[in-house]
Amino acid sequence: MLYREAGDFKTGYRSDGQTFPIRLDRWGYYALVAVAFLVVPFLINDYWANAVLVPFLIYAIAALGLNILTGYAGQVSLGTGGFMAVGAYAVYKLMTAFPDVSIVIHILLAGGITAIVGMLFGLPSLRIKGFYLAVATLAAQFFLVWLFNKVPWFYNYSASGQITAPERTVLGMAVTGPATSAPAKYLICLCFVFVLAWLARNLTRGTLGRKWMAIRDMDIAAEIIGVNPLTAKLSAFAISSFFVGIAGALLFSVYLGAAEVGEAFGINKSFLVLFMIIIGGLGSIFGSFAGAAFMVLLPVFLKNVLVGSLGWPTDLAAHIELMIVGALIIVFLIVEPHGLARLWALAKEKLRLWPFPH
Amino acid sequence: MDQLIFASEVLVNGLMTGVMYSLVALGFVLIYKASGVFNYAQGVMALFAALTLVGIQQGQVPFRHLINAIFGTHLESFGWTLPSVLAILLTAVVMIALAWLIEKLVLQHLVGQEPIILFMATIGLAYFLEGFGDVMWGADIKTLDVGLPQGISDAVEATTANWFGYGFFIDRLDIWATIIAAVLVAALVAFSQYTKQGRAMRAVADDHQAALSVGISLQFIWIMVWSIAGFVALVAGIMWGTKSGVQFSLSLIALKALPVLMLGGFTSIPGAIVGGLIVGVGEKLFEFWIGPMVGGATENWFAYVLALLFLVFRPQGLFGEKIIERV
Amino acid sequence: MKTLKFAALVAAGLMAAAPALADLVVPNLSYRTGPYGANGTQYADGFNDYFTLLNERDGGIGGEKIQVPECETAYNTEKGVECYESTKSSGALVYNPLSTGITYQLIPKVSVDKIPLYTPGYGRTSAKNGKVFEWVFNAPANYWDGASIAIKYLLDQNGGDLNGKKIALVYHNSAYGKEPIRTLQELAKKHGFSLTEIPVEAPGQEQKSQWLQIRRDKPDFVLMWGWGVMNQVAIQEAANIRFPMENFIGIWWAGSEIDVTPAGAGANGYKSVTFNGVGMDYPIYDDLKTHVIDPGKASQGGPHVGSAVYSRGMYAAVVIAEAIRKAQELAGTSAITPTQLRDGFEQLDITPDRLAELGLPDFGPEIKMTCDNHGGSGMARMQQWDAEAKKWNLITEFTEPDQEVLAPLILEDSEAYAKEAGITPRDC
Repeated sequence: MLYREAGDFKTGYRSDGQTFPIRLDRWGYYALVAVAFLVVPFLINDYWANAVLVPFLIYAIAALGLNILTGYAGQVSLGTGGFMAVGAYAVYKLMTAFPDVSIVIHILLAGGITAIVGMLFGLPSLRIKGFYLAVATLAAQFFLVWLFNKVPWFYNYSASGQITAPERTVLGMAVTGPATSAPAKYLICLCFVFVLAWLARNLTRGTLGRKWMAIRDMDIAAEIIGVNPLTAKLSAFAISSFFVGIAGALLFSVYLGAAEVGEAFGINKSFLVLFMIIIGGLGSIFGSFAGAAFMVLLPVFLKNVLVGSLGWPTDLAAHIELMIVGALIIVFLIVEPHGLARLWALAKEKLRLWPFPH
Repeated sequence: MDQLIFASEVLVNGLMTGVMYSLVALGFVLIYKASGVFNYAQGVMALFAALTLVGIQQGQVPFRHLINAIFGTHLESFGWTLPSVLAILLTAVVMIALAWLIEKLVLQHLVGQEPIILFMATIGLAYFLEGFGDVMWGADIKTLDVGLPQGISDAVEATTANWFGYGFFIDRLDIWATIIAAVLVAALVAFSQYTKQGRAMRAVADDHQAALSVGISLQFIWIMVWSIAGFVALVAGIMWGTKSGVQFSLSLIALKALPVLMLGGFTSIPGAIVGGLIVGVGEKLFEFWIGPMVGGATENWFAYVLALLFLVFRPQGLFGEKIIERV
Repeated sequence: MKTLKFAALVAAGLMAAAPALADLVVPNLSYRTGPYGANGTQYADGFNDYFTLLNERDGGIGGEKIQVPECETAYNTEKGVECYESTKSSGALVYNPLSTGITYQLIPKVSVDKIPLYTPGYGRTSAKNGKVFEWVFNAPANYWDGASIAIKYLLDQNGGDLNGKKIALVYHNSAYGKEPIRTLQELAKKHGFSLTEIPVEAPGQEQKSQWLQIRRDKPDFVLMWGWGVMNQVAIQEAANIRFPMENFIGIWWAGSEIDVTPAGAGANGYKSVTFNGVGMDYPIYDDLKTHVIDPGKASQGGPHVGSAVYSRGMYAAVVIAEAIRKAQELAGTSAITPTQLRDGFEQLDITPDRLAELGLPDFGPEIKMTCDNHGGSGMARMQQWDAEAKKWNLITEFTEPDQEVLAPLILEDSEAYAKEAGITPRDC
């Protein structure tokens, strides 16, 4: 009754093809953006920033990136952790080599470097498909982690191989380093998320996105109708890695502040991001956000309920948390294999008909 | 000359290690062949099997930590020590029950889904089992001893010392692993060739629809395949558990089996063996010759890169079924 | 309405439950799951039990009860950060995360939040320099001390001469494992032994090529910087190739019961460096039994009481409790702040007499910290595994490391950090 499209007239192709065709959605989106930019920064504290919001935003970028590759172009990748490491180490090298250049440029450059590396590891995708490709991308994961651990140049020859982000500022506000305030951390990530989500949305509904989807649905057929698999697959790897690289750069510089490659960018990270897009919904921008939120919030939530409220021993809580996460993943896949995005779409569909569903 | 002798020692040990990898890879192949599911939980199943084996053998009370936390009791153990054979049999029963549960609760509801969804479901399963194993048996390191010998084989050392003037090192556990793996593969082959259930299993692997239409119960076959995979996981768990103690890290051996699968092909049992041997020998020789030049610790990635290069030339692995694509 | 309720529930769930602010809060960032859970559990138990003992027996420290909220990190840096943030607001006095990775993460954060970080025997070695690392303490010993003491022990065993000897270092290929390399290289130069570095990639389940290499090269001694499953496999493999166990020395993190028991009799004679006593032959265990174990208040029911890693966790708690006591004395109030606790750490002096008073005679080395020395004397000793009796025996007294070699290295590394992080070393 409240949520409807009646009276919402489209007068051109432009308005018909917009991202939020329903007025209420549009308003909701504007309100959300306004709250995110104008209200949240004044309320946020260290706990909310570091435990919930900043990781959520950063993983949302990584999930967007992987969703472009896996959800839109159909190439399953388990190398996300390795590519995030490329972004992190690239931004570290750039930050320490050119301290006067703005960190924002460094982060973007780190994304660019990751894109090149991603393309390199994407080359085998022209021959290898399906699970073979998924396992093959693990080669990138393990090799990159080993490389960053082994070559001292990457960590500026520090004794232990850890990298630590020095302080850098944007508009006079520290965004990396220990003195960063919670709102600054949050805002820098939010800006990147906002721009990148907009970019992802517009890429995926344009020519490139259609090419990717054609490849995903059936690559031979796509080739026959004139989609070049070389450019389509490699562009998917490049753009996906660009996103993932930026996520890695932010994760290291803004969120963690210090990182050790095997620990921070191990195989678990690859699986985590893959979970996000599957639970959120393959091939959906909203799904990337929903999945990231789910996977970031759920463990924190369970931990606080089991340990904080029920007072269980932490190890038992941690084991049961694993069981719950595992079971929830299975339940989700059984109930709705297309993820949270699909549930959301169904809910909206129902709302539109409410209260007269028939 | 010395280099050559050392290299051959490394080679032999690589072969042995390869067998250990193959043991894990076998479980993957069995399930993938029969149900098209890439079972990521195979490693965790090995851990779970080993945990259960130790728990049963030493008479630990399952879920004691949970029970103690809730009821404030101090349960520790039943106070028995079972003979290894009995404990292994009981564990096999548990693994069959697990297979049945997985089929009933997970797979049945996911029939007809895309492979990636099934794959994700097994990752969920891996998480669940990992937590479940810990809740059931506790997270501390357990020593697994079913009477397998360990340590250098004196016979081999003496013989090779006679031949080359340098005694080779071969772990007796590895020799046993090789024998057991050979028996296991022979048994699997015999089972699938000469028994009714085995033939039904191959029929399902070939074509689900056709198998259904001649009256083969898909459910039964799947439970059976998962049980066999559970048993293979138990064997792998025993071997690796004897080597390093039973603990969380045991589940990570799955990562060692993945390149073996890529090399050998996801659908071939001989492929799993040959792939395992190639990976074992390859990574050991690489670490031996090239490792020192690049700083060592190459074993984690070498197998993957090798498999990747290999796949570029043969996208379905060594023995995998040819991928035929139609529009 | 339903969704609203649900949202409220979620929000409530995400807010960490805050303990009452009156008590002294010492969070225990533990890990009882994941690849290193078996070690982490024992440490966390020892840490908890000592504070429980103080609360039960003495009613806390200086009349203030101590709260030890536990938070599971699973040895994962991101969870570590989450734990830090969620416990910080409850007035945490000091952190002890038992993870080199999380320590690196927290060092910049604690400097801003002004909360002491106590990392006995792990973390960043150069944090010993209190001029640069104002908030980090790593007494009684750090990795470089450990490396130096191991070498010193070998010197002792070989009549003061290691010239021409071959020593191999088997290490966990991570920040932790790489720590001693620099020191060992310097020591190799000084004493004329040759050093072979043999990395093991985590988790370290498969170490055949490493040990074949050792078998081939026949080093005189093997040192190990391992953690988790890597230790068990290494000790097993060493036994397999019949490497003489008494020439195999692990750092303290490779010196717990669970590392050696899977190898059975083969591990007999294996040695490790340690800075704390082990076993239950200390008077404190009588009190612990009366006040904690028998009333059923022991952490996890007390399955690991007296083990090497449990003892180390307890020792960490002892040092923290002593620092709190000192801080209370200095501040003249029992409800101290983190800053006052830092002063307490900096003037901490745990003499052998004091240890005996606490019921732990000769349990650890004397600790004397100052404003510029946050690492104490760096003394440690050797222990050896007796497979038959299943216990560790202490085989040397506490020895001093070779500060002549270590001091310049620490100065160099901490100054490099100060430069990178833009810290001006304070005057002491």
